[in-house]
Amino acid sequence: MGLAKRIIPCLDVDNGRVVKGVQFVDIRDAGDPVEVAKRYNEQGADEITFLDITASSDDRETTVHMVEAIAAEVFIPLTVGGGIRTCEDIRRMLNAGADKVGINTAAVFNPEFVREAAERFGSQCIVVAIDAKKVSAEGEPDKWEIFTHGGRKPTGLDAVEWAKKMVDLGAGEILLTSMDRDGTKNGFDLGVTRAISEAVHVPVIASGGVGNLQHLVDGVTEGKADAVLAASIFHFGEYSIQEAKETMQAAGIEMRL
Amino acid sequence: MSTQTKSIVAVIDYGMGNLHSVAKALEHVADENTEIVVTSDPAVIDAADRVLLPGVGAIRDCIAEMKAQGLVPAIQKAMAEKPFMAICVGIQSLMAHSEENGGVDCLNHFDGNALFFGNNHKDVDGTKLKVPHMGWNQVTQTMNHPLWEGIESGARFYFVHSYYVVAGNKDEVAGTCNYGHDFCVALARDNVFAVQFHPEKSHKDGLQLYKNFIHWDGKP
Repeated sequence: MGLAKRIIPCLDVDNGRVVKGVQFVDIRDAGDPVEVAKRYNEQGADEITFLDITASSDDRETTVHMVEAIAAEVFIPLTVGGGIRTCEDIRRMLNAGADKVGINTAAVFNPEFVREAAERFGSQCIVVAIDAKKVSAEGEPDKWEIFTHGGRKPTGLDAVEWAKKMVDLGAGEILLTSMDRDGTKNGFDLGVTRAISEAVHVPVIASGGVGNLQHLVDGVTEGKADAVLAASIFHFGEYSIQEAKETMQAAGIEMRL
Repeated sequence: MSTQTKSIVAVIDYGMGNLHSVAKALEHVADENTEIVVTSDPAVIDAADRVLLPGVGAIRDCIAEMKAQGLVPAIQKAMAEKPFMAICVGIQSLMAHSEENGGVDCLNHFDGNALFFGNNHKDVDGTKLKVPHMGWNQVTQTMNHPLWEGIESGARFYFVHSYYVVAGNKDEVAGTCNYGHDFCVALARDNVFAVQFHPEKSHKDGLQLYKNFIHWDGKP
């Protein structure tokens, strides 16, 4: 008896529709975000992450309305990320009904923003999203670096050190995405997940690469993640949240069923 | 229907941010005769049939804001006479003292204190435990109470907190949870019920708790 590991379906939303992750060239429409969120809520999702991948900021208003609509009907935690750059952006999303916000690129360009946000809104609602790529060659000690712009631009920042710094500044949770794995369906990068989870005292959400339910199990047992995030395996009905939870529980992981 | 005939649930807004989800969850389970009012007006709190004290953020700011906005007398009066519920930092604010922010004196409705889990929190087998305690954990009901009606002992609720309550009077503990060690997550005395978790984020069981509160006559 104790704290359950969490399954978090992620809605990548572009122009008001749920789409497959950014890394996919062939973007498939997976439905209306509000309907999808309600379905996952009914299936027993532990939280929902809403990631606004719309390129233009003109559609931010659409996002605010969708968050409001989801929050009025879905009574589990809701994290909203994508384009969060200022405290005003955070305030709007929290007022719309988000429980947490994900800060990604803005943290890389201005780490103090994380401190400011945590002091103003509390660490419990500040999730720092980290996009990491393995940069060490075969045979070298493992090393991962932070990348921006969808994994295209290196920053020279060591991923493990960066995660520790973000937590020191006030991040209440780390959403870790492996850019090598995102969209591959080959499973999480368990090395970086474990390295960061063991280096920080706040929860770590593993993301990027889930192709089957064993990958979710591995994220917790090998990667030491506190929560696992996946998108496409749930969107197109390959697996339900309930099936995923039963598989994880059968593997000895404490789940909320 | 005029508002006079409606039963009013006042959700106290003392400027600590987002009350949207608390109000939405209450509205979701409220019937047509119940109105949910988010307010920082002591007169509205005074006139309400039921009062809910949410809590977000750090305890020092919570207590400071309650005092700055002149809400403490209204809160104490409500706790003396009508169904009253406190959530998350709200339960901590009802204790005698919290060790957060270097030590803060609280409203002292319940005997006991709020303590820090610590950044080196461990399970009994030595496994490192993350702080904050974030996610779904099981709540063991340690008391029969109208607010637990329709909810099984052991049901999971959503938690986000780094400080936990140690009750001074064990008879007031209505629920416990385990995270490294057992700790109190629900306190009850007379017409006051307080919980550490977030019912508004706890799906069906959380909504059931709010529904029970809306119909509670304040008797234990």
